[in-house]
Amino acid sequence: MFKDFKKYAIIYYLWIIIFVVLPILLIFIQSFLDMNHHFNLINYKTFFSSTYLKMTFNSIIYALLITLICLMLAFPTAYLILKTKYKKILLILLILPSWINLLLKTYAFMGLLATKGFLNNILVLLNLNPVQFLFTIKGFLIVSIYIFIPFMILPIYNSIEQIPENLIKAAQDLGANKWQIIKKIIIPLSKNGINAGIQVVFIPSLSIFMITRLIAGNQIITLGTAIEEHFLVTGNWGMGAAIGSILIISLFLSIFIVQYPRKKFLRKKNVDIPSVGGANV
Amino acid sequence: MKWGKMNIKIELKNIFLSYDHTVIFEDFSMQLDDNKFYTLLGPSGCGKTTILNLIAGFIKPDAGQILIDGIDVTNIEPNKRLVNTVFQDYALFPHLNVYDNVAFSLSLQKISKIEKKKRVMDALNFVNLGEYIYRDIAELSGGQKQRVAIARAIINQPKVLLLDEPLSALDLKLRTEMQYELKKLQKELAITFVFVTHDQEEALGMSDYIYVLNNGQVMQKGNPIDIYDEPKNRFVADFIGESNIISAKYLGDYQVKINNDIYKCVDGNFNQGTLVDVVIRPEDLKIVTHKTKLKVQIITRLFKGMHYEIVGQDISGEKWLIHSIKNVMPGEEVFLDFDPEDIHLMSTNV
Repeated sequence: MFKDFKKYAIIYYLWIIIFVVLPILLIFIQSFLDMNHHFNLINYKTFFSSTYLKMTFNSIIYALLITLICLMLAFPTAYLILKTKYKKILLILLILPSWINLLLKTYAFMGLLATKGFLNNILVLLNLNPVQFLFTIKGFLIVSIYIFIPFMILPIYNSIEQIPENLIKAAQDLGANKWQIIKKIIIPLSKNGINAGIQVVFIPSLSIFMITRLIAGNQIITLGTAIEEHFLVTGNWGMGAAIGSILIISLFLSIFIVQYPRKKFLRKKNVDIPSVGGANV
Repeated sequence: MKWGKMNIKIELKNIFLSYDHTVIFEDFSMQLDDNKFYTLLGPSGCGKTTILNLIAGFIKPDAGQILIDGIDVTNIEPNKRLVNTVFQDYALFPHLNVYDNVAFSLSLQKISKIEKKKRVMDALNFVNLGEYIYRDIAELSGGQKQRVAIARAIINQPKVLLLDEPLSALDLKLRTEMQYELKKLQKELAITFVFVTHDQEEALGMSDYIYVLNNGQVMQKGNPIDIYDEPKNRFVADFIGESNIISAKYLGDYQVKINNDIYKCVDGNFNQGTLVDVVIRPEDLKIVTHKTKLKVQIITRLFKGMHYEIVGQDISGEKWLIHSIKNVMPGEEVFLDFDPEDIHLMSTNV
C-alpha cells in the first residue's frame, strides 16, 4: 500500500525541484554574472561595500523591531483571547485580514494614513494636531506590524492553548499569583510558539519591499527594496540575485541555528515539532 | 465533645454548588479532623473531586462556607491557602527538572539558596528520590513522578494535603507499594490527608476514615471496618467490596425471612415486619456437605488465585456469589451455610 503512495510522492518531488530548487539555483548562477554577463565575483564585492552593508543593517534592525513589537503585542493578545468566551470568533477576526492581498491592504492604509486621511480626520475631530504618517518610519512600522501580527499570534495562541489546565492549577496551588504563573509557566511552555512566531515574522520582514516603497516612500531602503530596484529599475539582475542569494543563505543558517537545539530538546520530550511556515508576503 | 471541636482542621458548612443548572451539592457539610487520613470514595460524578477543588480553592461555592483551622477561607484564592494538592496526572512542570519542580513554591518566596537546597533535598529524601535531583521529568517512571509530585506538595509544610486519585495511573504492584508509603507519609507528617479515589480497596487499606459519596451526598461515613461490615444501604454495600444483597423481611426477635426461609440474625433494631435489604459477603458463604435451607446449583466458577469465585442459583432464581477454596463444578448442586452474625440488615430506604 505504501508503495502506491510513494509513486504519487514523485509529483511533490518534481514540484519542489521545478519551483523551489531550480529557481534558487538560477538565482545563484545569476548572482555571479555582471552587467555584461561575465562570470565573476563583482556583485558580492559590491555587496560588502558600505552602501549595502548599511542596507543590510537597516533591514535587520527594522525586521528585529517589527518582530519585537509584534511579539510584545501578540503574546498578551493571544493570552487574553484564550481567556475570553469568544476565542473562536476573535481568532477568525484576526486571521481574516491575512486572506486579503497585501497590496490591497497597503493601498487601504495609504488612504487611512494620508495627511487628510481617516486617522488624521479623527485626530482633528478630537482637537488634536494631525500627524504625518505616510512616508515616515512611524507609518512603515504601523503597517508592517499590522501585516505580520496574525502570524505571530497564531503559533503563540496554539502553544498557550496546549498547556494543560492542571499545570496552571498546580502552580496556583503552590502559591503562584497570576503574574508568576505567566512568567514561570505560560511563557516557558509556549516557547515553541514564540520561536515559530519569531521566525515567521522575522524572515519575511527582512525582505519587505512594497511597504517600504508605498508607505515609507523610500525613507527606508531595505534589502528587499534593493532587490526590487535592481530587477525592475536598474536592470542589474546579477546584483539583485547576489543580494537574494545572501538573504537565502543567511535565512537557512538562522533557521538551522534556531531549529537545531529545539529539535534536540523535543526529541527528548517526544513532542511534535510545530511546522514553521512562511508568511505569504 | 469539646476536644473534638478543637481538632477540626477543615470544615465545609452548608455548601451549595451548581454548575450549568445542575445541582452538585445541596446543603453539603463535612468536618475533617487534624492528623487523620480521610478518603472520599465514590463513583465518578459523585462530587469527590469537587470537594477537593472546594478545599483547594479552585471552585467557589454558590453558598456556604469553607473553614480551615476555623478561619473562613471561602473567598481566599488557592495560592493563598495553606493547602497543597497532588494531582491525578501529577501535573509536573515539563520544562523544569526534578529539583526545580520541587523547589517551585520556594522559588516564589524570598528564601536563600542554601535553605532552598536543603529543603528540596529534605523533601526528596523523604520520598526516597534523593539521587534523582537533576533528572528531567520525562526521564522518570510513573512511580517516580508520583514521588516528585508528593515532594513538591509537601515542601511548604501544608496544613492539609489533598490527593486526587494519585495512584490511578500506576500499575497494580506499584499501587500497593504506594498505598503503604502514603499511609506512612501521613503518619510521619502528622497532617490531614484528604485522598480521593473510586477504588474501594485503596480506601479500605489506607484510611482512618472514609466518606462514601454518591450524587453529592454522603452515603455513609465511618472507619473502614464499619463501612465494610455494616454498610448502611444498598449503595454502600454494593460499592464497597462484593456482596450478595437480597430483599428480605424482618420478623422481629432477631429473625429474618429470606426467600421463604427464616434465619437467625444479630441485627435487631427494626420494626417487626419491616422490609429490609440483607447483605451477605461472598467470603461468608460456606459450601457444606450437610443439608441446609439454602441449596444452589452452580452456574459459573472462576479461578481467582486465592479462591474460586462461584455463582450459584437457588430455587427461587436468586443468584449467590460465593468465594470458596472448594472446587465445585458448574451444574453441581451444593448446600450453603452462613452464621447469624454474617447476615447484615440494612434499611431499604436511604
